[in-house]
Formats: sequence, structure tokens, C-alpha cells
Amino acid sequence: MPGVEDLYREIILDHYRTPRNRGELPPPAVCTEGNNPLCGDDIRIFLDIADGVVRDVKFSGQGCSISQSSTSMMTVAIKGRPVDEVRALVRRFKHMMTLSDDDGAVDESIKLGDIEALGGVVKFPVRIKCATLGWNTLLEGLNSTQG
Amino acid sequence: MAGANTNLDAEKIRRDFPVVTSSINGKPVVYLDSANTSQKPEVVIDAMTAFMREGYAPINRSAYSLAAEATERYEAARTKVAKFINAKSSREIVFTKNATEALNLIAYSWGRTNLKRGDVVVLTHMEHHANIVPWQMLQQEIGIELRWVPLTADFQLDLSSLASLLAGAKVFSFTSMSNVLGTINPVEKLCAAAHAVGALAIVDACQSVPHTPTNVQAWGADFTMFSSHKMCGPSGVGVLWGREELLEAIPPFLGGGNMISEVRLDGFKCAELPAKFEAGTPPITEVVGLGAAVDYLSGIGMANVRRHEVEMSSYVLENLTSRFGDEITIHGPRNPELRGATFSFAFRGIHPHDLSQILDQTNVCVRAGHHCAKPLMKIIGANATTRASFYLYNTKADADALANALDSASDIF
Ligand SMILES: Cc1ncc(COP(=O)(O)O)c(C=O)c1O
Repeated sequence: MPGVEDLYREIILDHYRTPRNRGELPPPAVCTEGNNPLCGDDIRIFLDIADGVVRDVKFSGQGCSISQSSTSMMTVAIKGRPVDEVRALVRRFKHMMTLSDDDGAVDESIKLGDIEALGGVVKFPVRIKCATLGWNTLLEGLNSTQG
Repeated sequence: MAGANTNLDAEKIRRDFPVVTSSINGKPVVYLDSANTSQKPEVVIDAMTAFMREGYAPINRSAYSLAAEATERYEAARTKVAKFINAKSSREIVFTKNATEALNLIAYSWGRTNLKRGDVVVLTHMEHHANIVPWQMLQQEIGIELRWVPLTADFQLDLSSLASLLAGAKVFSFTSMSNVLGTINPVEKLCAAAHAVGALAIVDACQSVPHTPTNVQAWGADFTMFSSHKMCGPSGVGVLWGREELLEAIPPFLGGGNMISEVRLDGFKCAELPAKFEAGTPPITEVVGLGAAVDYLSGIGMANVRRHEVEMSSYVLENLTSRFGDEITIHGPRNPELRGATFSFAFRGIHPHDLSQILDQTNVCVRAGHHCAKPLMKIIGANATTRASFYLYNTKADADALANALDSASDIF
């Protein structure tokens, strides 16, 4: 049995205790809601996208340390980035969670930075859904803004 | 709070359950998730294995003696179940896949026959999704109206407005015990209230049949259902009980083999009860296993099981509240006589998913989440809770292990 220290790395707990980009954005920012049917957690991602760039992003909702910190780190990583790069990052992250959809190659050279700390989650299969909740919700938001 | 006045020796009973006495990584398993599904005693495992090794055959179909004996074993289990809940006859016992299927059967076969647009079905705020969604499906399909009995501040059903909620209702369907709060509902009183307005009384007995004596005739219920896997039996089989005349009056649920007495190109005739509701090859081995589970529980005595769990409840409540005070919020009644030994709680602001992960480090098995009761979770103001549930094989040592594991959980956050 893997120890919880593989799961609860310091950087993860830091984002959990002090989430970044927490809050909401007013319309016309796009709001997308995601649920984890397993545990009842929910998350809302607010995206302000213009000229193909994520100009601002915020999130709200409730969840465990893994879903909250993963989403917090995600918002830091995508803010100010072109949508193309964001999509590539999502693919890269889901690949790390071994949930890659295989629609498009994964660019292993993409730096995950702090997000790498979530790699330990794959040793706890039931928690993968927690780690990917924010990312799947983001993807839905991106898809809805681009038709 | 001594164990002196109980006739149940949990220390001895534990040893009947291989998983309960097992270890992972050298640490003993502390199984506290029996409200979800219970562990299985050797006698059930053995009965199923022996049946598959020595007696397995189809039922109701073939003349050879092996098949006749298998049919006998299957029907013997039905008789045991009938006796266990004091049904009038074993013709009133229908084997389903689980309680969920039984609830769907009633909503489908009784509901579609007897309900029309605008008819009222009354449920409660403490129902499991299995006693909500089938009715919501009817709501979507034929436009029935759903009404809800709310809760009081001390986690009981608020019966002050029951009469007006039930006015004109066709169905009152409710749980005998909440799988989240542990609250035990006054089943007889609720059945009488339903009948007073001419409504059908349906009792979701999933959480009470495994833990306390059941007498469906004393309840005055019309239908009830429960799952084998929560009462020491295998998964894959559930029980629907209904008053014979009601089961006679409604159409079958699934069609196919075994449920017919005649099929021609221009139609079919239903088999007699209970085969009418048992389409296709049933879970034969599992029913035999359920029969063994009923024998096992009957041997111990359900009144003894109940007494043990009341004792466990007082111990757990006292232990957790004296040790953790305001750090723990238990969502459920404080009086052990009014509740089962199922405890949902919030602890030191730690998310249930994280908490259960940390408890798992010492093999303390609890459930985290919404417990298939999302409307109730919203009402008690939690997205998720951690739930520890105790059964006949749990001891005070298990309660202590839970408290110790909880105490170590705060360090990490
Ligand atoms: C009160 C209640 N009703 C219904 C069910 C559904 O049981 P099953 O999943 O075995 O069909 C459960 C099981 O969790 C329950 O606790």
C-alpha cells in the first residue's frame, strides 16, 4: 500500500490551504460546472477568453485537497496562455494521470512544473477522478467557447 | 456500559468472518462499512462453494434429481426469508437482483398501473437514491407529483405536517432506517398514516432488516425490499416482499423464461406468484447463500444483534464526543435507542475523501461521499460526509481504532 506522503506533497497541501485564483468572473466569462459523482464534489471554472488566449480564470466550489489543489495549480498554469497551449497541457496532464484520450499526440516536452507533484495520485486510483475534475471541467469550458 | 447483558459474543462472531479478522501489510483490517455492504461468514461462503461443487443445477426446468434438489434448495431459501420477516407465505417473497431492482419493479409495475398524471407520491428527505429516482422517472413519464416529508433539527422525520402531505396521496414510500443519519423511523405509525388516507405503504428496509427483527405483518406494510449483501449474504440477490393480493394484481416487470405459464404466438399468460416476477435464470447460488445468511443471523437472534448495536452506538457516541468534542459533528440522533450503528460525521474540517484516505493507512475502512443520498446531503449542509457503520462483528476495539486513526488525521493538514 503506497503511503499518503506520496499523495499529500507539500506543494499540494499549500495550494489546498491557500488556493490561487479562487473566486468567480462575471459574464461574459464562460462558467462551466463539473461534478464528481463518486463523492459529490463540485467545481465551477470561469474562463475569460479573447483572441485565442485565456486572459483570466477563476474557480469556485467544494472538494477534497486533491481536486482543489489540482484545480488551483491548473489555473496558475493556464492564465495568460494561448488556448492551443492550454489544450496541449491538459493532454499532457491527463496522460500523466493515464487517462489520455489519444486524440492528439502528447508532447512530453511540455513542462508541468508544480503540477508534477500530482503524479503520485495515480497510485491511488480512486483519487484520479479528484485530480482530473478541474481539468475535465476546463476542457468542457474551452469546447463550449469554441463551438 | 458493560457487555454483560448481551447474548451476543462479538469476539466470537468476528472469527466467523474471514475479512473481518484479516490483515493488510501486517495491520488488522477494521471494517466499518457494513451499511454499504457487509462481510460474509464462513457458513455462507461454504454453503455457496458446496452448492457449486456438489449441487449446482438449473431450477424449475428439468426432471433429473440434481435439478430437483437445486430447486428445493432455492425454494428452501425463500421459505427461510419469509419466516425471517414474518411474511404470511413464501409466495409473497420475490427474489430480485437487489433492493434497487425491487423498488424499480414496484414503481414500474404498480406505479404505471395505478398512477396517473397529478397523482401524489410522498417520499422523505432521508431517502436513498434508489427510493427517489424510480419515482422521478414516473414523474417525468406520467407527471405524478412528489412530496417530501422534511426532517426535524434532531434528524427525525418531521411528522407535524404529515397529514397534509399525505392528503390525497396514492403512495407513501420511506426508509425504515436512514443509511446516512442512522435514524430509525416509526414504521408502523407511518404505514398506518398511509393507510388512513388510502395510500400504499412501501418500506425500504435495506438498513433495518440486517440489524433488527423484522415483522412485515406487524408493520402493516404493503411492500418492502432489502438486499442480501447487507445482511451477511452475497451480492447479486435482493428481496421484494409484497402482500399477496397486491402482487397478484400488478403486471410483471421483466418478461421472459420462468415468469410465464403459457406463451403462444398471440400472447402469454403469467406464471403464478412468485415466479411471475422472476424472469430468466435467477442467481441460484446467491439465493442459496442468502438462505445460509438467514440461518446464520437467525441462529444468533436478531434481537441480540440489535442489542449489540445499541451498545456499540452508545459506546461510539460517547467515545467520539468525549474525545473530540467540537471537532466532530455527528449528523444523526444522539439517543442510541433511536438509531442504528451508522455514523456520518464531519471532522476537523478535513474533507471526507482525504479523511478516509488517511484512515486507510491503518486499514480503517469507512465510506466517504454522499452515500447515494444527495438531496439529504444538501439538507444537512454537507457535500460529503465520512461514514462509519458497525455490525454484529464489530467490537469496542474497532471503535477505539477509529478514534485513534481520526486523532492522527489532523497532523497532515
Ligand atoms: C436505504 C437504502 N436503500 C436502498 C439501497 C440500495 O441497495 P442496493 O444497492 O443493494 O440495491 C441502499 C444501499 O445502499 C440503502 O442503504
